[in-house]
Amino acid sequence: MSENSSSATTKISTYLMLIVLIVLALSIVALMLSVNAFMVGNEIIAGYLLLIGFIAMALSFYVLLQSRKRIARMKIEAPKVMTTVECKKCGFKSVREFKRGDFVFKELEDCQKCNDKMIITAIYKEVKEKEKAYGV
Amino acid sequence: MAMITAMEVLPNFFGGGGDTISQIISMLFYVIFIVFIFYGQRIQMYVMIREVEGSLYKLKYIKEEGRKIAIETIKEIGKPQTDPSARVDRYLEYFTIQPQSMDPAGIVYKLDHILDVRDTRLKDEVKIMAPESDEVQINNLENTMEAAMALNYIYKVVRHFYIQGKKTLSLYVIMQLQMILPMVMKEAEAYASALKAFADGQPIGDGVGPWVAAKLMHGYETRKVPKDCVVATVPIEGRTALVIKAEGPGGNVGKPGEAVKAVVDENKGKIASVIMIDAALKLEGEPVGEVAEGIGAAIGGPGVDQFKIEESVAEYKIPLNAVIVKEDIGDAVSPLRKEISDSVDKVIERVKNVILERTKEGDKIIIVGVGNTIGIGQ
Repeated sequence: MSENSSSATTKISTYLMLIVLIVLALSIVALMLSVNAFMVGNEIIAGYLLLIGFIAMALSFYVLLQSRKRIARMKIEAPKVMTTVECKKCGFKSVREFKRGDFVFKELEDCQKCNDKMIITAIYKEVKEKEKAYGV
Repeated sequence: MAMITAMEVLPNFFGGGGDTISQIISMLFYVIFIVFIFYGQRIQMYVMIREVEGSLYKLKYIKEEGRKIAIETIKEIGKPQTDPSARVDRYLEYFTIQPQSMDPAGIVYKLDHILDVRDTRLKDEVKIMAPESDEVQINNLENTMEAAMALNYIYKVVRHFYIQGKKTLSLYVIMQLQMILPMVMKEAEAYASALKAFADGQPIGDGVGPWVAAKLMHGYETRKVPKDCVVATVPIEGRTALVIKAEGPGGNVGKPGEAVKAVVDENKGKIASVIMIDAALKLEGEPVGEVAEGIGAAIGGPGVDQFKIEESVAEYKIPLNAVIVKEDIGDAVSPLRKEISDSVDKVIERVKNVILERTKEGDKIIIVGVGNTIGIGQ
């Protein structure tokens, strides 16, 4: 049940898809009619139909894109968490990816340089995006 | 015929004119104008409903992901014999009833008791669901479940007001919901990122207080104090500091109120100062990890521990100082940011300054690192 409802939340709504497809079909018809009108020599009507066709097409693509973006936004992103391992004696320091079971001040294996015990001195996530400055 | 006449006459009446297309456009303009006069509010409401609906879908997705992560983690760590899904679903619906406050005298201790019972009950449930897990993992699992529970609750409340708004077609119900929705979504997203951190036992932004305390007490002998806290005697700047934090590295906030009271009583109130370190919510525009200093009990939660600390220090007239690290709600419950980890040394410097300026050599002081100690040992 949970899986079904989960996929329902990540799928584009059928109604929305139907409306988008209808508008898209109508826009194509409008474009075809505009070509027809142009051939007949009715340039003003052709111009209007061309405009309507392009606007409808752009709108349907925009709605489709927005719906896809909404789904993309729904992902829970796990940030990259790093662990800093340090030797208190010789100061040797290494940074690696976090492993389950790591905790700050946990004693680890011996140091590669001086054979003293190494400890985890920091665990943190790296935030890529910068906060927007509002200049106030 | 009458329609065509109207189409020809009306635009001229309203100031339009020219060819048929211009007449149609100006007619259309007036129709839209009239529709907006009568149905503007309703259209506005439908736009709002659509917006709330989008957020509700997102909340539903987050809530379901939370449940999935909780079940997977229990299966992975606790190795249960049976499928824990049904029990997890039951857990997500747990509620706590606040004590009656008509006669507020003694309410703090009643609330304290209710919270203790809740904590024990939830821990027991986790133990049943994950029989193979140790104490640290039980604490982490409990935190994971609490985050999933919070997401479930947020989703249900938003859904309630959304359906109520749709049923009654009340603009004001929908408008209130739509207005607070950005904050609600921010909180939900924070809990969503907390889920993974809790499941893996990663330190969170709220853990900056215990981290500072752990850094001060690292290498010194610690002993347990009630409840779920540890204390170490550390010499700092010629003073004796009794450093308190929740016992890590499992997800645990302990009861700093009881710990401070126990340590103050042990020393018969001969404490020169209590310094509390905690993460605090920043205002927009303030940088993450900024350190600030002040007066009072720096501790959040339901207020029980704050009350107990204030009671203990007031009894012996002990000055209460606070050092805070600023972060937003998202940072507080998600994996600890680099800026916050970098602020640990700055906080220690501030604490040392307070000690030098506010106490004399040979004095005894208490330093309390407040917050969730998940992923932080001692």
